[in-house]
Amino acid sequence: MNFPSDLLYAKSHEWVRKEGGTYVIGLSDFAQDELGDIVFVNLPQEGDSVTMGEAFSDVESVKAVSDVLSPVSGTVVAVNEELMDDPAKVNADCYGAWFIKVENVTEEEELLDAAAYEAHCAAEKE
Amino acid sequence: MKLIFELSKPGRGNQVLTPYYSPLASREPEIPEADIPAAFQRKQAPRLPEVSENDLSRHYNLLARRSFGVCDGFYPLGSCTMKYNPKINEVIANLFKFTDIHPLQPKHTTPGCQTVYALAEKYLCGITGMDAMTFQPAAGAHGEFTGILLIKAYHASRGDAGRKTIIVPDSAHGTNPATAAMCGYNVRSIASTPDGMVDLDALRAAVGPDTAGLMLTNPNTIGKIDKNILEITQIIHDAGGLCYYDGANLNAVMGVARPGDMGFDVCHLNLHKTFSTPHGGGGPGSGAVGCKDILKPFLPASALGETASPQSIGQVKNFYGNFLVVLRAVAYLMTLGNSGVREAAQTAVLNANYMKQKMEQAGYVCAYPGICMHEFVLDLAKLKKETGVSALDVAKSMLDHGIHPPTMYFPLIVHEALMFEPTETESREVIDEVCEVMAGILKTAYENPDACHTAPHDTVIGRPDETKAARNPVVRYQFDA
Repeated sequence: MNFPSDLLYAKSHEWVRKEGGTYVIGLSDFAQDELGDIVFVNLPQEGDSVTMGEAFSDVESVKAVSDVLSPVSGTVVAVNEELMDDPAKVNADCYGAWFIKVENVTEEEELLDAAAYEAHCAAEKE
Repeated sequence: MKLIFELSKPGRGNQVLTPYYSPLASREPEIPEADIPAAFQRKQAPRLPEVSENDLSRHYNLLARRSFGVCDGFYPLGSCTMKYNPKINEVIANLFKFTDIHPLQPKHTTPGCQTVYALAEKYLCGITGMDAMTFQPAAGAHGEFTGILLIKAYHASRGDAGRKTIIVPDSAHGTNPATAAMCGYNVRSIASTPDGMVDLDALRAAVGPDTAGLMLTNPNTIGKIDKNILEITQIIHDAGGLCYYDGANLNAVMGVARPGDMGFDVCHLNLHKTFSTPHGGGGPGSGAVGCKDILKPFLPASALGETASPQSIGQVKNFYGNFLVVLRAVAYLMTLGNSGVREAAQTAVLNANYMKQKMEQAGYVCAYPGICMHEFVLDLAKLKKETGVSALDVAKSMLDHGIHPPTMYFPLIVHEALMFEPTETESREVIDEVCEVMAGILKTAYENPDACHTAPHDTVIGRPDETKAARNPVVRYQFDA
């Protein structure tokens, strides 16, 4: 399983890449692996606000529908609409298949670095 | 197998559909010119299959042989209550005095049907502890939608506009948050305690002046009765919200405990499952909604000739819902009687606990220890870790033994979940036999996991490509030209 060290991770299995004041958010390798083949991704719209700890998207796999939680509060400035047409990208390249970009971030949860997140996933597997 | 369209030969026909004839229609009806925009007008006659009666008959018999129902074998699909449906219900629902009626015929010509609705309301209000009931909703989720609209109308009638949130525990059926969202509410999910109950502290922290209500099923999705139920409904009422009971699991408590007494204000019942109609094939169903007096003014118009109150949420379905499902429920209740309803629930719980014990003895791990209600959840995480055999592989292996698999990967709070609901209509012998099969599958998983990975081996279709089906669904026949 791959956890790039230049990313930060939420305990609820989203990854975050900070690009200046912009937060790029996607779903971690652990999450896509647990979910299995993803068949549908529901995304917010540009201009929507997201709230820390609350769902901003949901993904449907052959197993289940799951919420994707936002690790930050802020405004959505870009949405990866490609995922709606080709949800398989999340399985194929989860770190390339970002979900949303958020700016005007007012709060963010305590994010983990790659090593801490890997340990968190291992504990969850137990 | 061939589809009916592929069996079609031009000009071939049968006598199944007879030409239209009615003694009342002695002259050609006048068909008014339809005002349909040209873009929507049909340019070509519908391409109906043309098959002989013999071909048609064989086609449907083959379909029947290829499918699996309660009449074919054990069907422990958790949370779906696939009980055997007594044939007397079918006999009654097929009486022509019930089938050859029209909802627009004069009220005085249908006293029998009105009596059925009145009895259904009386019996089911008695079972749920509610004061009034509507039979319009066509199925469970439709009932949820209706029930939450009642709560919304209640708050609106009081000018209480700030209540925008419905609280749902994380063990809930997916339809609960979907219903709340459909009704325009925000959904707040609250965590369960390790033993699967509503976390009272989390609930207290979640309620406030924005709380419109709570949606809950009790017994809950893991097959446990929430012992704090009175406190839970009190917390919601103290915050000014109302409590919605999802009737999905009523089979465990009917005739024993009542949602109304637990503090719920409104509930839906899946008449088609708990009260015995063949279901699972897409309907018709009935999601009857019962409520306390405070919500009665908001109900849709009743089938008994009363007009809806001015505060009514309006019609949620044309006419009065799926009458023949309500009729089957009444027939079922009349044949069981008070003591029979109670005994059915008790036997459902006994069967589930018996089966749970035997499965644990066979080496399976239950997600939640202790006594269960009408269903229980196995957690196969340990098996998957030790052998690579997943809940899906075990479910597929069951197919080779003529057993319908249980519900898989639900509830979501258990990762490798298999959820069994044997129901009250299975005998001890059947459950013993199934448990032996399950013990055998467990043994195979440890000795020869590949046999589980490649199961089923004896069915016509083994592992359909679910991903492809979900990503590229083909939902209608594609004609060549």
